[in-house]
Amino acid sequence: MALEIMEGSIAIAQAVRRCRPQVVAAYPITPQTHIVEALAEIVANGELSADYITVESEFSALSACEGAVAAGSRAYSATTSQGLALMFEVCFNMAGMRLPLVMTIANRAMGAPLSIWNDQQDSIALRDAGWLQLYAEDNQEAVDLHYIGYRVAEDHRVLLPVMVCFDGFVLSHTYEPVDMLTQEEVDAYLPPFVPKFMLDAKNPVSMGMYATPDYYPEFRYETDLAQKRALEVIREAGREFGEQFGRDYSALVESYRMDDAETAIIAMGSICGTTKEAVDEMRDAGKRVGLVRLRTFRPFPTEDLREALSGVSRVAVLDRNVSLGAGGTVHRGAVVLEVKDALYGEPIPVLDYVIGLGGRDVRIEDIKRVVELCEAGDGDRFYGLRTEVL
Amino acid sequence: MAIDKTCELFDCGHRACGGCGASMAARLLLKASGPETIVVSSTGCMEVFSTPYPETAWKVPWIHSLFENASAVASGIESALKQQGRSEKVVVVAGDGATFDIGVLCISGAFERGHDITYICYDNEAYMNTGIQRSGATPFDASTTTSPAGRVSFGNKHPKKDMPRILAAHGSPYVATASVAYPADFMQKVERAISTEGPTYVQVHAPCCTGWGFDGAKTVAIGKLAIETGLWVNYELVDGEVAKVKKVVKKPVEEYLKEQKRFRHLFKPKLQEEEIAKIQAIADRNFERYGHEIRLPPKKAPEGA
Repeated sequence: MALEIMEGSIAIAQAVRRCRPQVVAAYPITPQTHIVEALAEIVANGELSADYITVESEFSALSACEGAVAAGSRAYSATTSQGLALMFEVCFNMAGMRLPLVMTIANRAMGAPLSIWNDQQDSIALRDAGWLQLYAEDNQEAVDLHYIGYRVAEDHRVLLPVMVCFDGFVLSHTYEPVDMLTQEEVDAYLPPFVPKFMLDAKNPVSMGMYATPDYYPEFRYETDLAQKRALEVIREAGREFGEQFGRDYSALVESYRMDDAETAIIAMGSICGTTKEAVDEMRDAGKRVGLVRLRTFRPFPTEDLREALSGVSRVAVLDRNVSLGAGGTVHRGAVVLEVKDALYGEPIPVLDYVIGLGGRDVRIEDIKRVVELCEAGDGDRFYGLRTEVL
Repeated sequence: MAIDKTCELFDCGHRACGGCGASMAARLLLKASGPETIVVSSTGCMEVFSTPYPETAWKVPWIHSLFENASAVASGIESALKQQGRSEKVVVVAGDGATFDIGVLCISGAFERGHDITYICYDNEAYMNTGIQRSGATPFDASTTTSPAGRVSFGNKHPKKDMPRILAAHGSPYVATASVAYPADFMQKVERAISTEGPTYVQVHAPCCTGWGFDGAKTVAIGKLAIETGLWVNYELVDGEVAKVKKVVKKPVEEYLKEQKRFRHLFKPKLQEEEIAKIQAIADRNFERYGHEIRLPPKKAPEGA
């Protein structure tokens, strides 16, 4: 294993190169730009034999990927925020047509107001589109999830597109030590794409036909079944990755210092790094606190989460998004709704903290404060508001 | 490559209206393209009448994604085929709404990037699938459900957008207009478009008996009248220059208009001479621009008169 200090975006681009996509289609948007610039350079230098389509919009980026995959090629795209929103219609379509892809999301807030900074509102908004959503805590994980992502997406038990989500700027523009697998290692892990159906004059098929009420619900059911099957396929792919390269990703939720924990914090993405530091400090001070990190949001690991939370007295969810209008008179993000669903019937209080929106920094002190608030039963609120500007 | 006219790749049993111009276009274009074709369809009448799951009329590989992204999907397919060393031709088939209006962004991108695709727009001059609403291809004064003729309106207020020129301006090496009323000409143009490298465009006039209001047995006759009156011109633009125009003996526009319910308000309850003159002016400008009027020598007066 050779660690290299690399910017997150560059590491992603290098990982994508090793996945050998034949078609790359992307449109520049901050903070995704370094990925697609690096890939353009890789293609220009002949280090990846791919067609790099410089599309005129994100809408076309994903549409072109859809066409490429339908024609039997592995494809790649990356975007964030407004770009992902512009892809909205294609996202649903690709999942419905069961066309596998890996797309990197450099998570960023949604306008208005315009913000280029990090939260997870963008991918969360695509929650119901049929894509698998994997969230990385650091750049090593972000890189590895691309290999795993293609494995899972293209698995015939799944055949769904995957968003690999990593926090914009916080990870995308940060230098961290990363172990980049060699091409041979990636080739040994990730086989070439074998489509189940494709556009081919030798065997003509019609793809993307319309369905009357006599057929439509069954299509949706089968797509949801594929999400269910993905739970195990992700575990499998993550386990094999661990066996080959020593980093095990078989767990859909990661439990950090959860033994005997009374308070569990639930979070996704880079905020978990800060949270782990906070947990260590609180543990040192004698507090029984742990972190349960969600690696997948779709499919949602309901059973895994229940198991991880068994025995806790209270749960604090850090939501880097807000589900506007949810929760009646209290404030809630999207993650807590899923957590409450997973814990339905359990007498465990679950409190939500809408935190770190639009790039607002979340420090160790903030996590500690959240735990104090949770212990006091004060939650389902925005955390860290500047009341002086309201 | 000779066109195999016996080749039938658009199957019977689809659900288009009797006399549908668009279905004629689909059948003819596949005769011209042959089996080594991947068709990318936009949402629209043709998509709906030809592919109700689990049935399909397409005997070539066919994909439909969305209303407005057919040319972007086609870009990706073409790139993938190139990467895989495959030889199928990529043909987009889309209606005028998908082409003139909602798909312009994707079309512009695909043409500017120079993908080797052929784009066929079947132009029936309104959103027919959703119930005859106006599009950027709807002719001046046509009554549609969103540009209805009324007490203070003569219908669609805008002239038809000049989409062929817009695509020629993108540097397309071959742009043509055609009509289902002239099948051999349309098929030749499709064949030429497909065999020309780069993004090419054929806009085929596809009269819609349901949307325009005429007897479905008259689709070809209506298509011919559009050309003979100068309201539709069949021409080719090779590298942006007019290369060939179908010549006609000019007929007054009334002959075309009076056959269709969408222009009925120009004749009933009273003749709207001013409006018809405006439409005649559009036809006259076409004749001036393309110079395709055949001027017959004046008939001699009968002897003894």
